[in-house]
Amino acid sequence: MAEGIKIAIVGGGLAGLAAAMRIAEAGHAVDLFSVVPVKRSHSVCAQGGINGAVNTKGEGDSTWEHFDDTVYGGDFLANQPPAKAMCEMAPSIIYLFDRMGVPFSRTSEGLLDFRRFGGTKHHRTAFAGASTGQQLLYALDEQVRRYEVNGKVRKFEHWEMLSLVLDDAQVCRGLIAMNLQTLELKTFPADAVIVATGGPGLIFGKSTNSMVCTGSAVAACYQQGAKYANGEFIQVHPTSIPGEDKLRLMSESARGEGGRVWVPRQPGDTRAPSSIPEKERSYFLEEKYPAYGNLVPRDIATREIFQICIEGKGVAKENQVYLDVTHIPAETLDRKLGAILEIYEMFVGDDPRHVPMRIFPGVHYSMGGLWVDYDQRTNIPGLLAAGECDYSIHGANRLGANSLVSCVYGGFIAAPAAIQYATGVERNGSNGSSVYDQELRKQQEINDTLIKQSGKENQYVLHQEMGKWMTDNVTVVRYNDKLKETDNKLLELMDRYKRISINDSNLWATMALPHARHLDNMLELARVITLGALNRNESRGAHYKPEFPERDDENFLKTTIAEYSGEGPVLSYDAVDISLIPPRKRDYSKAKQEKKPDPAAARPEAPAERT
Amino acid sequence: MSAHIHKPKSNRVPPKTVEIHIRRRANPDSPQYWEVFELPYRPNLNIISCLMEIQKNPITKEGNATTPPVWQMNCLEQVCGICTMVINGRARQSCSALIDNLEQPIKLEPMSKFPNIRDLVVDRSQMFDHLKRVNAWVELDGTHDLGPGPRMDQEEVQERYSYSRCMTCGCCLEACPQYEDDNYIGPQAIAQVRLFNMHPSGKMTRDERLEGIMGEDGITNCGNAQNCIQACPMGIPLTRAIYEENRETVVHGLFGWLKK
Repeated sequence: MAEGIKIAIVGGGLAGLAAAMRIAEAGHAVDLFSVVPVKRSHSVCAQGGINGAVNTKGEGDSTWEHFDDTVYGGDFLANQPPAKAMCEMAPSIIYLFDRMGVPFSRTSEGLLDFRRFGGTKHHRTAFAGASTGQQLLYALDEQVRRYEVNGKVRKFEHWEMLSLVLDDAQVCRGLIAMNLQTLELKTFPADAVIVATGGPGLIFGKSTNSMVCTGSAVAACYQQGAKYANGEFIQVHPTSIPGEDKLRLMSESARGEGGRVWVPRQPGDTRAPSSIPEKERSYFLEEKYPAYGNLVPRDIATREIFQICIEGKGVAKENQVYLDVTHIPAETLDRKLGAILEIYEMFVGDDPRHVPMRIFPGVHYSMGGLWVDYDQRTNIPGLLAAGECDYSIHGANRLGANSLVSCVYGGFIAAPAAIQYATGVERNGSNGSSVYDQELRKQQEINDTLIKQSGKENQYVLHQEMGKWMTDNVTVVRYNDKLKETDNKLLELMDRYKRISINDSNLWATMALPHARHLDNMLELARVITLGALNRNESRGAHYKPEFPERDDENFLKTTIAEYSGEGPVLSYDAVDISLIPPRKRDYSKAKQEKKPDPAAARPEAPAERT
Repeated sequence: MSAHIHKPKSNRVPPKTVEIHIRRRANPDSPQYWEVFELPYRPNLNIISCLMEIQKNPITKEGNATTPPVWQMNCLEQVCGICTMVINGRARQSCSALIDNLEQPIKLEPMSKFPNIRDLVVDRSQMFDHLKRVNAWVELDGTHDLGPGPRMDQEEVQERYSYSRCMTCGCCLEACPQYEDDNYIGPQAIAQVRLFNMHPSGKMTRDERLEGIMGEDGITNCGNAQNCIQACPMGIPLTRAIYEENRETVVHGLFGWLKK
């Protein structure tokens, strides 16, 4: 190897590109791996916006308020120092994107405009139309392309990481990746590896995640000794559009801009929504949570919508409620929510400007992920993680518009930490290149075995079964007997997995072998999620057990740590750093802090103030 | 895009089956051929869910086992651009192509203007190379904290936003009669030049971008067929971008040397 350091980044979404940009800017070499061209990463799906407390609306907002909202929204399970650091960095992150040319919406003075999102009372969310994630990702994609042109960044698109290369001292020395056209495996030595591969939504079959969000690379790290933390905390987004192939997100900004959730007071009312008079509608979120109304945090909105439907009060007694924006002027809707309303129209066929949308909760985000310290380092020396695939910021529940900022923050912290590590690390040690050959052979053998197998099981059917079991039993409401049954089911699926056939005689650019590798990894992570949920006998944030309806700080104000063993995940519990804000009860039926009552904040938002 | 008329879904009797013809190719060196698949109809199907169904159990309409068709997909919300293919003769995203709105039998083909990898998969890396050529970025002084960017008029922002929604899907290039074998840089890259040349900081390096579209395969190859703007799924004003950048390149060509 030459004298310069090389850092491998796996994943080209916001977190991976943020890290790549910073490392290249510091003059170091980056190998960037992505299963899709990085511009097509899942970050494009984020719609609503990015949080940063800039206090430009005279509301007395501050980074401390943002921090408090984040920790409170996360039900106090997040370690507080990194959450605080993120909130402090957030305004400068937004300003940096502004300088990169992101077309953020503007005020009449030409300044950045900010909107309100769930779990806060402040206008703190910068947004670019209704496709903020796409716009932010493109900005980083552009900057990284600059460094690609000047040779600092090498992109390996359509390459998939299969495993890390670890030496005998369990130090990460690089990775093995597979070319998705040729199925060629190759070793990529690196002085440090940053994993930024996003969430594992596909474990639940259909979710709001993109098709690359399998969690596969993360599961590979976990099986090689990386700790996985808080896996059981899966955010189910209250408002998704049910579809045959996926659940499409209806952004929280629909509620942020004044959208109202309701069902007919009379269950099974067959009238068209527009002919149901106001007093015969139940705006159940506004009724139960007068302070926050439709903008209660996601876990609460999800559970309330789920509950209404379980009780048979859903629209047409089905699993759906109305999300209504028809009272907002069409011009305002087009300007502020155009892109997301078009998604609804495109995929459902109704125009939400005139007909209330029908929505239902869908799996959306994993608060859990690889365990990292405050510098984004995992427990494996030389391996770092950033973005949705790390567990560090959101505790038991993530606030809307905090994901984009946490991705960039994670990337910005991981980059200097990786450089520092890579600069100091002693290269090669006693193992030389043999560790690379060994790992390459091992991965090749796994592929060869899968290709030769000719069992009767169908991998796509197994995936579907896993998704259904996980969605039914490990999402909004969790019961211990069902969780136990789900784990048994997962064990059964793991056994049946051994008898799959990849069923594609043409291996060139096949989808079958990569999917088989993902499925194997997804099953491992599914157990981590399920057993983490089984063991946590309390309710906190997104994790809700009717048998244990209260938060139990005495026993469970702890981070769940899962470590891989041949017999399945071994769970242990770490203390949470609550040194800055003492835990208090999370109650969104009242305003957050009684100490400063603010009648103005409880007033519903004016739908639009500017043109 | 602003005139939204609420159109009720059609009342026609739903078909019992969906018939899909797929133009296939095993690898870049082998010939193309057609295969026909049939699946039971369900409401709310899109092309992706049909392909998933076929993939699970790849048997042709005639009952012959075959290899599963290969395609690309990711976001399924028409924002990543990856699942673009030619559906009933028109390049578009397969995630947002609803069976209920398509004439049967449905014909799926790979895009024709890009190298065909296998079945419905093509290699669109040339589009990303275009972005390199036109310096499609703002030349930042650095990513450290330098405060907010320049103030901007919301109207200007909205025009930039429309260019910034380009997901590099390639529909405009597929539809363009001039674009063939990468002989013309095409509307996609020209719109990105417009995006950055409109930005107060981007403007400062405008000339390099203009030079990127002034070569032999540059902007003057546009034949004004205006197919691109019809084909763009994001409604990007591509012809406006071409008009504006054409003007800029002319001015630059005439007076640019004065700056040197």
